[in-house]
Amino acid sequence: MQALTDKIKVLERKPMTIGERLYLPAIIKGMLITFSHLFKKRPTISYPEQKRYFPSVWRGVQILNRDEEGRERCTACGLCAVACPAEAITMEGAERMPGEEHLYKEEKYAAKYEINMLRCIFCGLCEEACPKDAIYLSQTFAPANYHRKGFIYDKQDLLIPHPIEEPDRYKQALGERATALKQKAKTSEEESMDN
Amino acid sequence: MDLMVIDIWLIIEKLALVAIVVSISLLIAMYSTYAERKVAAYLQDRRGPNRAGPFGILQPLADGGKLFFKEEIIPLTSSKFLFVLGPALAMITALMTSAVIPWGGTLNWFERNISLQIADINIGVLYIFGVISLSVYGIMIGGWASNNKFSLLAGIRGASQMISYELAMGLTLIALLMLTGSLKMSVIVEQQINGPWNIVYQPLGFLVFFICALAETNRTPFDLPEAENELNFGYHQEYSSMKLGFYLFAEYIAMFISSAIMATLYFGGYDIPFVNESSLSASIGHNLVTILGGFALLLKVSFFLFVFIWIRWTIPRFRYDQLMNLGWKKLIPLALFNMVITAVVILLLDK
Repeated sequence: MQALTDKIKVLERKPMTIGERLYLPAIIKGMLITFSHLFKKRPTISYPEQKRYFPSVWRGVQILNRDEEGRERCTACGLCAVACPAEAITMEGAERMPGEEHLYKEEKYAAKYEINMLRCIFCGLCEEACPKDAIYLSQTFAPANYHRKGFIYDKQDLLIPHPIEEPDRYKQALGERATALKQKAKTSEEESMDN
Repeated sequence: MDLMVIDIWLIIEKLALVAIVVSISLLIAMYSTYAERKVAAYLQDRRGPNRAGPFGILQPLADGGKLFFKEEIIPLTSSKFLFVLGPALAMITALMTSAVIPWGGTLNWFERNISLQIADINIGVLYIFGVISLSVYGIMIGGWASNNKFSLLAGIRGASQMISYELAMGLTLIALLMLTGSLKMSVIVEQQINGPWNIVYQPLGFLVFFICALAETNRTPFDLPEAENELNFGYHQEYSSMKLGFYLFAEYIAMFISSAIMATLYFGGYDIPFVNESSLSASIGHNLVTILGGFALLLKVSFFLFVFIWIRWTIPRFRYDQLMNLGWKKLIPLALFNMVITAVVILLLDK
């Protein structure tokens, strides 16, 4: 048969020598190999104490964004739900009443907004579809839960903490991605202005 | 002669010693399960149990608690008395061997010479062999009483394995006994304290003994009872809860005891290496030397325990025919050869 690569090594099948038939040298060699592993570095990350670093492009659990004054950005337009290939998103819109201007950024807002984390495939299409920068995928994953019910995240689970009332938690939830996105948006704005 | 006088203090002393030795055996067996998991993890670049207590040292307690609280299933068609007797026997025989092992020299307390050996009988080695042979019953009875084809087959498998390796083990011991000239464990240790360890004279014998000890305690590479995926588990297939725990635990106790036997017979027992005991006891006291000797024995034992575990996580399991081939066609001739050579050398040197 013609060889496909030049890496083929033809082995001769010789009868085993006495040393090989004793097995003990081979066993000792193997035991030394396992022994050397006692001193190797362990790749384990001890989870609750140590956490794995997720890069800024990580597509984790969704977050509903607020603007700088803490108003919800979502207008319940439904584009994310349409974009969602797993049909994980449901929402109900409502009209902003007078006196609620500090809560919602625009005249329409999402009264109910739910994402089923068991359906979500974390593709990030909702983020891409959103015209209001109201939803993005954060750098954390959805934690485990005892019930299926617990995986249907409602608005309270998804909303980012208030930037003025809870600035620390807000910053933590924001992660690196939001700042990166803002920069990206800024550069694209400048580009469009240049054009 | 006051042969009939009962020395009450001797009885109390021996009872206390029995309690201490049994509880230490149990404790060490418990922590060898922990060591097993920890060493396995480290050999495989993992971390092992580290959640229960600092470094996971409460893990054995948690495992034991789990086993106690599991549902206890006794199969309807099983022979109930024998079904319970099986694990009990396995446990008892594993513990009984510790009676003749000298755990240390003597302690001078309250003007009494307290020997750290429960029973210094003159047939110590034979006693060990007798009790080890009895442990076959635990396996056979467990397998038989389960009323399950697989358990019975595994029981027979385990029994035949133990019996065939006992032969080679006994033959190596004959060579050792020709050397020591005594079956008394304390005498064997005494000789090694005054002279070189027996391993110097009997390296081949020790090797065969060690391999047989692996087989006797059902450890890898001879752990056919644990082969649940290819052999349907072992004689303890029908067991659950603490009865299963007893079977598994008995393995660790047997491991501890056979390590102690190996250390005693071949590695000088409670002899502290490179130290002259009599001159040391003159300088720091007799009791302290005895205690240090006990620790030396424990150190040797823990080394052997480590080797047991180390082997387990290195070598794959033997097939049953390979196991029998090794036992009957390799180890028994080797042991016989060792015996003949030893005999010839002893005769030539006219010892």
